[in-house]
Amino acid sequence: MTDLVIIGGGPAGMSAAVAAYESGIRDILILERDENLGGILQQCIHNGFGLHKFGEELTGPEYAWRYEKKVRELGIPFKLNTMVLDITEDRVITATSSEEGVFQIQAKAIILAMGCRERSKGALNIAGTRPAGIYSAGTAQKYVNRKGYMPGKNVVILGSGDIGLIMARRMTLEGASVKAVCELMPYSGGLARNIEQCLHDFNIPLKLSTTVVEIHGKDRVTGVTIAAVDERRRPIPETREYIPCDTLLLSVGLIPENELSKSAGISLDRITGGAEVDQDRQTSVEGIFACGNVLHVHDLVDYVSEEAEIAGRSAAEYIKGAKPGDESVRITTDGKVRYTVPQRVTADKAVNVYFRVADVYKNVTIQVYRDGEPVYAKKKARVAPGEMETLRIGEDIIKGAKELKLGLEVSGQ
Amino acid sequence: MYDVAVIGAGVTGGMIARKLSSYNLTICLLEKENDVAMGATRANSAIVHAGFDAEEGTLKAKLNVKGSEMMKQVTDELGVKYKNNGSLVIGFNAEDRAVLEGLLERGRKNGVRDLRIIEKEELGRIEPNISKNVICALYAPTGAIVCPYDLAIAAIGNAMDNGVKLKLNFEVTGIKKTEEGYEISSGEEKISARYIVNAAGLYADAIAAMAGDTSLRIRPRRGEYILLDKECGGLVTHTIFRTPSKMGKGILVTPTVDGNLLTGPTSVDMEEKEDKATTPEGFARIIKEACENVDGIPFNKTITSFCGLRAVGNTGDFIINTPLEGFVNVAGIESPGLSASPAIAEYVAQLLEEQGLALSAKMDYDPYRKSMHAFREASIEEKNALIRKDRTYGKIVCRCEGVTEGEILEAIRTNPKPSDLDGVKRRTRAQMGRCQGGFCGPYIVELLARELGIPYDKVTKSGGDSYINIGETKEDR
Repeated sequence: MTDLVIIGGGPAGMSAAVAAYESGIRDILILERDENLGGILQQCIHNGFGLHKFGEELTGPEYAWRYEKKVRELGIPFKLNTMVLDITEDRVITATSSEEGVFQIQAKAIILAMGCRERSKGALNIAGTRPAGIYSAGTAQKYVNRKGYMPGKNVVILGSGDIGLIMARRMTLEGASVKAVCELMPYSGGLARNIEQCLHDFNIPLKLSTTVVEIHGKDRVTGVTIAAVDERRRPIPETREYIPCDTLLLSVGLIPENELSKSAGISLDRITGGAEVDQDRQTSVEGIFACGNVLHVHDLVDYVSEEAEIAGRSAAEYIKGAKPGDESVRITTDGKVRYTVPQRVTADKAVNVYFRVADVYKNVTIQVYRDGEPVYAKKKARVAPGEMETLRIGEDIIKGAKELKLGLEVSGQ
Repeated sequence: MYDVAVIGAGVTGGMIARKLSSYNLTICLLEKENDVAMGATRANSAIVHAGFDAEEGTLKAKLNVKGSEMMKQVTDELGVKYKNNGSLVIGFNAEDRAVLEGLLERGRKNGVRDLRIIEKEELGRIEPNISKNVICALYAPTGAIVCPYDLAIAAIGNAMDNGVKLKLNFEVTGIKKTEEGYEISSGEEKISARYIVNAAGLYADAIAAMAGDTSLRIRPRRGEYILLDKECGGLVTHTIFRTPSKMGKGILVTPTVDGNLLTGPTSVDMEEKEDKATTPEGFARIIKEACENVDGIPFNKTITSFCGLRAVGNTGDFIINTPLEGFVNVAGIESPGLSASPAIAEYVAQLLEEQGLALSAKMDYDPYRKSMHAFREASIEEKNALIRKDRTYGKIVCRCEGVTEGEILEAIRTNPKPSDLDGVKRRTRAQMGRCQGGFCGPYIVELLARELGIPYDKVTKSGGDSYINIGETKEDR
C-alpha cells in the first residue's frame, strides 16, 4: 500500500508531489513513462515560462528543473520508463517497466497528471495523399529540439495553437521557410503574445478562416491546397490556392489523455475532455484527483503548477482522513462561457474558477449567478478562446447556493 | 534459375508463394515497393466474405466459398487474428427484400452454410444499434474479419522461413522468354525462372503484356475508408452491408479484428493507378451512408482515413489462366480476393502442375509461424517471464496501442523484415492508435536507424524518398 501515487512526472505531477509532501505526506511515488522527469517541457526550449509563478522568464527545461530539483531534494521517489496500463476504481494501479516487469500498486490516493496529446492529421479527414512530411507541431518540436533533426524546409502550418506558433518561429530560426499559418476559425487559438513574437516578428502570414483542403505528394509532401472557409467553416472553392511545400505541421488542438481515467470509471466533462472535479480537484471517484493538462488544456504552465498544488494538498488531506463533502453545487455555464474547472463545489469556501469562452468577445461583463440571480460581475475589455480566464467566487456567494452559473454579457447585445 | 517467380507480394502473391514453399521448389517473390502488402492488400475492407455475392459457377464464387472455409486454419497456422463475427446484409424496403432473397438463393447454390433471412425483431436483438429503418437482413454466420496486411505479412514471412526469396524494390521492367523459362529484369538487375505467376495486382496487365499476353485490362477502382477509435469498435459486432444495388455494394460498417470500427468503401473508377488520394466527396458519402445503416456512429472519434485501389479486371470474374507456356495470370483479384486467397493459392499450384511443374511435398515444410501478437495476448506471469529474459518487453513505446520496444525489435528482426516506419506500423500497430505516431514516431525512427545501421535522417515513412527528416539542424542546406 502506497499513500499517494502520482501518474505523470511532468510539471503537474511534480508540483502535486511537492505540495503533498509539504502537506505532510511522505509515502509518495511518481510514475513517469519517459526516461526523464519534466514531461513535454523538456522539448519547450523557448522562454516565457514562469512569469506568474516566479516573476522570471524561464525556458521549459529550466521551469521543469525548479520542480525536479525540489522533488530530488525532498527525496520523493519516482520511477522512470514506467508506463501505467490500468487503474481501477479501488485505486489499484497496474504498470510496466523494463526493471520490474508488470507490477501492481494499491494506493490510498491517486493524482492523475498524464497530460494531453495533439489531435492528429487522421482526425481531420483532409483529402489527398498520405506522404511523409506531415507532423503534429509537437512531434516536429521533438525532432528539432531533442533529436537535432529537421523535418523539412518549406513549411505550411495548419492551426494556430501555441505549439504551432512556437514551431513557426523555431523552424524559421533553423533556416526553414514558413509559408503560412492557416487557421480555420476567424481568430487564433493561441496566445496573443505568441502571434506577435512568433509570426509578426518574422513576417509569417496568419491566414484566418482558412484551411488545408488537400495534401499533395507521393513519397514526401510536395504541396498543399488551402482555401478560405465561409461562416459555417465550409471551404470556398473559388479561393483554392496551391502552396508548394515539403512539410505540413498541425497545431489543431490538444486532447487530455484520459484513457486511464476511463478505465477507473471516472466521469469526464464532454467539453474539456478531462475529469469532472470539485474545488479540490477530486474526480467522481473518491481518492482520485486530477490536475494539469489531463484535466483541461492550459495555456500557461504556471497555472498547471497552481492547479497541481491544489490537487497535491487535497490528496494529502484525503489521505489524512478528510472526506469529500456530500452536498455538491454545480457550476453551469451559458454557452458563451464554454466550461469551468472545477465543475462543482462541495465546500463553503472561496474558489478560483478557471474557464474558457466560446468565441472572441469585446467589452464583456463576466457574470456570476447564484440560483438564477446575478450576484457578482467583472468587466473585461476582451476575452478569447485561446486565453484561459480565472474568477474568484467568494465564500459568501457559495454558502447556501443550490446552483452557480457563469455567463458573459456582451455590451451592445 | 528459380523454379517459380511470383510477381507481386500482396496477399494473393504471398499466399501463392507460401503454398508453393510446401513443395521442393526454388521460389522468388518479386515486389516493386519497399515492403510487402503495399497495394490493394494494404487498404481494403478486411472482410472474409461468406460467398453469396458472386454468381454461381464463377471463379469468384467457387474460390470465395472455399477460401472462406480454409481461412480459420490458415490464420491459426500463421498466428493471424481472425474473428468469425458473422455478417448481415440489411434491407430497408420490399425491393431490398427481394434482392436479399435472390442473394440467399445464390448463396445456397454457391454452398454457403447456414444462410437465412432474419426479421427486424431478431435483428434488433443481435445488433441493437442497427438503424430503426431496417426491416430485415440476410444473415451469414460464416462471415468473418481478418487483417489483410497481417495475413499477407505472415504468409510471406512463413514462405520465407520455408525458403522463398523475397526481393523488394524489384519493379519488373521486362520479361523475356528463354529456352528454359523466362528472364525477368528490373532495370539492370535480372533473374530467371522456369515459371512465372503474375500476381501484380493493378499492374497485372502490364506484366502480362511484357511476356506477350495482351488480353488483360486492369482498371483501378478507388475505395475510401474512415477508421474510428477503438472506443467505437463495440458499436456493432457483425459486419453490416447494405443491399447491393446497381450502384454497387455500398458503404459497410464493421468492427476490425483489432477492435476499431471501419466504414467504407466508396467505389469510383479511376484512370491513374497511383492515385490513392482521398476526397471530400468520398468522406461525405461514407458518413452519410454509414449513418443510414447504423445509429450513433461517432465520426468525431475518427483516427484516420485512407484510400485503396481495387484491381478490377475486364471479365467481371477473377482472371486466373495460363495464356502462355509456364505463365499463370492471377489478375483482377478484387473483392472477394482476400477471402479467396488461400483457395487461389491451391488453384494456382494446380495450374502450374498442369503446366508441367513437378510438385513434390517438402518434408521439412513448416506451416506454422510464431504469432506476432503473442506478447500482447500473454498473461502477466508470462509477460514477466519474458521481460526478465529481455528487458525491452517491459518498455512501452507506443502508448496508445500499448506496444513494447521488444515487440518492435522482434518485428524488425522477423521475416519479412520492415525497413520503414509504416512497415513497423503494419506489423506491430505502433503508431496506429489515437496519436498516430506523434509520440512514439521519433523513437521508432531511432530503433530502425540502429537496427538497420543507417543514419537517423535516412529512415523513411514508406521507402523511396519518403524521408522523415531532411538532415541535422543547423546543417548547411
